[in-house]
Amino acid sequence: MPVITYRQAINDALAEELDRDEKVIIMGEEVAEYDGAYKVTEGLLKRYGPKRIIDTPISEAGFIGLGIGASMLGIRPVMELMFWSFAYVAFDQIVNNAANIRYMSGGLIHCPIVIRGPANGGTSVGATHSHTPENILSTTPGLKIVCPSTAYDAKGLMKSAIRDNDPVYVMENTLLYGEKGEVPEEEYTIPLGKAALKREGSDVSIIAHGRCVQIALQAAEILETEDGIDAEVLDLRSIRPLDEEAILQTVRKTNRVVLVEENKPFCGTDAQIAYMIQDKAFDYLDAPIKRVSSIDAPQIYSMPLEKIQIPDAQRIRSTVLEICPISSNT
Amino acid sequence: MSKKTTSKSRPTAKSVSTSQNSEANAPINTKLSKEEKIEIYRNLVRIRRFEERTLRAYQQGKIGGFLHLYIGQEAIAVGTTSLMGPDDHVITAYRDHGHALAVGMSMNECMAELQGKHTGCSKGKGGSMHFFAPDKNYWGGHGIVGGQTPLGAGIAFALKHEEKKGCCMCFLGDGAVNQGVVHESLNLAGLWELPVIYIIENNQYSMGTSLERSSASTMLAKRADSYDIAWEQVNGHSLYDVRAKTWEAIERAHNECLPTVIEMATYRHRGHSVSDNEKYRDKEETEKYKRTSDPVILFQDTLIDEKVLTEDLIKKINTEAREEAEKSAQFADQSPFPPEEELLKDVYWEEDNPEHKTSQGKIFFND
Amino acid sequence: MATLIEMPKLSDTMTTGTLINWLKTEGDPVSSGDMIAEIETDKATMELEVFEDGFLLKQIIKAGAQVEVGAPIAAIGEKGEKVELPEVKEVAKPAKRPPQKENDTKVKEEKKASSKETEEAAQKSAEQAEIEKKELVNTREETEKTASPIKLTTSSTEKRLKISPVARKLAAEKGINPENIQGSGPDGRILKADILSVEKNGIPTASAPTQGAVATSLPGAPIAEEASVPVSTMRGVIAKRLVESKTTVPHFYLEIEVDATPLITLRSELNQRLTKLPPPQGGTKLSITDFVIKAASEALRQVPAVNTSWMDDHIQQHSAVHMAVAVAVSDGLVTPKIENTHLKTLRQISSEVRDIAARAKAKKLKPNELSGSTFTISTLGMFGIENFFAIINPPNAAILAVGTIVKKPIVDADDNIVVGHRMRLGLSGDHRAVDGATGARYLAALKELLETPALMLA
Repeated sequence: MPVITYRQAINDALAEELDRDEKVIIMGEEVAEYDGAYKVTEGLLKRYGPKRIIDTPISEAGFIGLGIGASMLGIRPVMELMFWSFAYVAFDQIVNNAANIRYMSGGLIHCPIVIRGPANGGTSVGATHSHTPENILSTTPGLKIVCPSTAYDAKGLMKSAIRDNDPVYVMENTLLYGEKGEVPEEEYTIPLGKAALKREGSDVSIIAHGRCVQIALQAAEILETEDGIDAEVLDLRSIRPLDEEAILQTVRKTNRVVLVEENKPFCGTDAQIAYMIQDKAFDYLDAPIKRVSSIDAPQIYSMPLEKIQIPDAQRIRSTVLEICPISSNT
Repeated sequence: MSKKTTSKSRPTAKSVSTSQNSEANAPINTKLSKEEKIEIYRNLVRIRRFEERTLRAYQQGKIGGFLHLYIGQEAIAVGTTSLMGPDDHVITAYRDHGHALAVGMSMNECMAELQGKHTGCSKGKGGSMHFFAPDKNYWGGHGIVGGQTPLGAGIAFALKHEEKKGCCMCFLGDGAVNQGVVHESLNLAGLWELPVIYIIENNQYSMGTSLERSSASTMLAKRADSYDIAWEQVNGHSLYDVRAKTWEAIERAHNECLPTVIEMATYRHRGHSVSDNEKYRDKEETEKYKRTSDPVILFQDTLIDEKVLTEDLIKKINTEAREEAEKSAQFADQSPFPPEEELLKDVYWEEDNPEHKTSQGKIFFND
Repeated sequence: MATLIEMPKLSDTMTTGTLINWLKTEGDPVSSGDMIAEIETDKATMELEVFEDGFLLKQIIKAGAQVEVGAPIAAIGEKGEKVELPEVKEVAKPAKRPPQKENDTKVKEEKKASSKETEEAAQKSAEQAEIEKKELVNTREETEKTASPIKLTTSSTEKRLKISPVARKLAAEKGINPENIQGSGPDGRILKADILSVEKNGIPTASAPTQGAVATSLPGAPIAEEASVPVSTMRGVIAKRLVESKTTVPHFYLEIEVDATPLITLRSELNQRLTKLPPPQGGTKLSITDFVIKAASEALRQVPAVNTSWMDDHIQQHSAVHMAVAVAVSDGLVTPKIENTHLKTLRQISSEVRDIAARAKAKKLKPNELSGSTFTISTLGMFGIENFFAIINPPNAAILAVGTIVKKPIVDADDNIVVGHRMRLGLSGDHRAVDGATGARYLAALKELLETPALMLA
């Protein structure tokens, strides 16, 4: 199977969908002539021309709103946000318009738009460029939120997102763009709302999404070799819709859960999931549900401190050890 | 996206004509048949009578939330939409009843919507500020000031992208002009040469704040200059003037694929919403506008002069409109509220079309 | 027929309205669009517009009255028409005001006359609310009174059982009474594993109420029930690590006896003073182990070759002493470390040892506290063990085993037989990194420090 980068996988997904459906267009800052700020849309202008690959001014409220308006008439815009942090200047469009228009029109209108771009910290871009708004946006009924963690998932989920008739927001990660993974040559899609068991284990379930899945997998390795703990890692892939059954299944199996996300702790995505677990799998818990999230302060710039601020494998490990029998090195 | 290369045909700004019907002889007006003129008049009256009836329903406690009446501004919605062709579209803000009726929505579906009934145009899910009729190229009804303006640009973008000879008329108020997103929309419209017509209904007050107290420059349309967009100021009380200047903009959109900003001088006879006691303006001012600039009366007088309308016909049209409004109130009264299961319908296209569903997992989090 | 005009809803949040002023008097002609009254809503004062033509036949409520939205306030109809008046209920009746609040009037006088009506209404509804609240409180008190005897007995006798949800469910399913099970989780919480273990092996003897106790007290009875005890994760790791250490590290052993008298004297002097001092200077007691850790760290400074690690292709010399201390916990043994003991005072060491031992027993250690040590001390003095040798804790190059202090007859400097306090220290060394002579030099340095504890100050 070919091994390609996460970036290339998204690029392939976009190209395949541009080929499949002429209503699909790509729009965003620097997506065309610059080839993408993170080179995700590299080469698309050359292949599909300026009518479908469109550079926008730095004007998120304007061009996201424009995309929503165009989608009401059947265009299928895939909008790039250079960072999801910039969604905040287009919040009215992203939340009020895209999410509500179907409901407020009694189902007469729908809005098949995709908004995609990176949402992560860990690269020292400071507090204004490091937001992970999947928790904020998934509170809004009418929206769908996807956070792929691997090249394979990124491609399959992106294709599903573009074909979806509801607004789907895809949160990528600049630290994953260069990560490679196996992606089959034949076409495939991954349904939204289907989690993936990325590692089987019996002692504890680590549930994560986006890049935190990779960190959780590292932690699981350490736990196995250093502490003799056999951790299971579940990748949510989609936040809304959410694969509740997969979550409950792993909890019923291991009876212990550590939830990992890059959000700040208060009202993070995992707060909702923790609620759900205690509600629906209370009798399967052998320990309190634990969370690992970013340290509750604005994102710090300083490189070593930011590493401490966002979740890492050691922090996941020590949280797992809090609810699993601890080991000894004697 | 095509880039601007040539200078666009752009008329120079003209000051607003104070004389009524200065554009009565514009070809777009002179070609109107007698029947068409009567229909236009009928629509003005229908909006007026409908709005009066909604106020009563509100006072009877049948309408929730806010109610923003269009009384005094009817010539704009009726005049502009009377020019719509098959690929011309409309989107507006929250004072949307007039535009809804003008594009052909029924009083019944509008009144029922106001009362939150299942028979409303949005099944009672949108309310006063959120009327929609995509089958009539009417894209709402938007509650956030200025929020509809990038959507209007998007509709125009789609038309251009699909190479349709059409335009989007995007209405906004004088208060919206100070919203950032309006300027972003204007920039995109100018930059990408979108067939969008931004129609500023300048009724002089953004809620209770007068134009002078809210805008550094009170020549609102002139802001289009910054985006190299043609602009115009029009007497919005005069139906003929509205039609004539809007037609120029529509032709510019259809033939040259260019945007226009038109500022239409108008006046709302009522408060911003029904809970407005209008402390910010003199009663005399309102009375003066009602006396001298009521768009319904002005057009009525014009048509009497043109021998299109007679006193009898006027009375008949008014009675019919009042009865239609009354019947719509009865229709709304008798209509059921949406059943409880409607709460979770129309949230996701996919959930409403399970035969096409590809997603899995939990989408609603009620338990 | 006359039309009744009702109090209109004039804002999104309006539920009642106050008729401030009539603009038309009874008998006046009115036509559609006329304003007949001023209404005060929650948002503003507004004029009431009518949509009827005719005459104002009746003002049903008086100026100043507050009524609910929808209540009839006027009648309009043909001249001379008769009006059937419905009863109008005002929102708040002034008569109901309880008399006890005398200073009310005082407060009210200070207010502007224009807002008098609303003031009064607000006052009234507040008072009404007060009364309702009081009633509510009374009812609640009563309920509590009747319920309390039962509540008290249950709460005073029943101790909350700490058990995880899945363990509780499992116990119920298997018919096991969890009350007598000693939980292995944090704070003794009963976990799923405990229930499974009880299912397999029965209730552990210590707390077993009947069978187990009887069985063990009988002569000839088995000392414990024959069982195959499942290996816990921790036990498994300990087994693996120690086999690895004992089979791959070539151990050598050295032993030395130390005169502990000066140490005991110093310790009792210090403790006497320290207990008299308020924290943070005092309020604590130093243990013999604290002194041994301090001395062992100082000795490593003198003989740094022992503070090393065998790394296959090189020997790592450590620049700091991170002292691991073996702590016995319920199901095994852990060796948490104290960092930089060569820099710390006795008091610091003492408080850190206490803290780390407590957290080890509560299983609250962090992973980084369990690795990264450079030397380990193991003490079994509290069990009366005089001397022993421990298995090296890799990657340390040595481990010190500390026995108990025993009184012994010794020959002093003047050749008299006196009562001495002796302590024996065993050193296990990794022969790949440390030689016997180096280890001996280390023990000699340590002996000197412990016998002349003042040196530790230098």
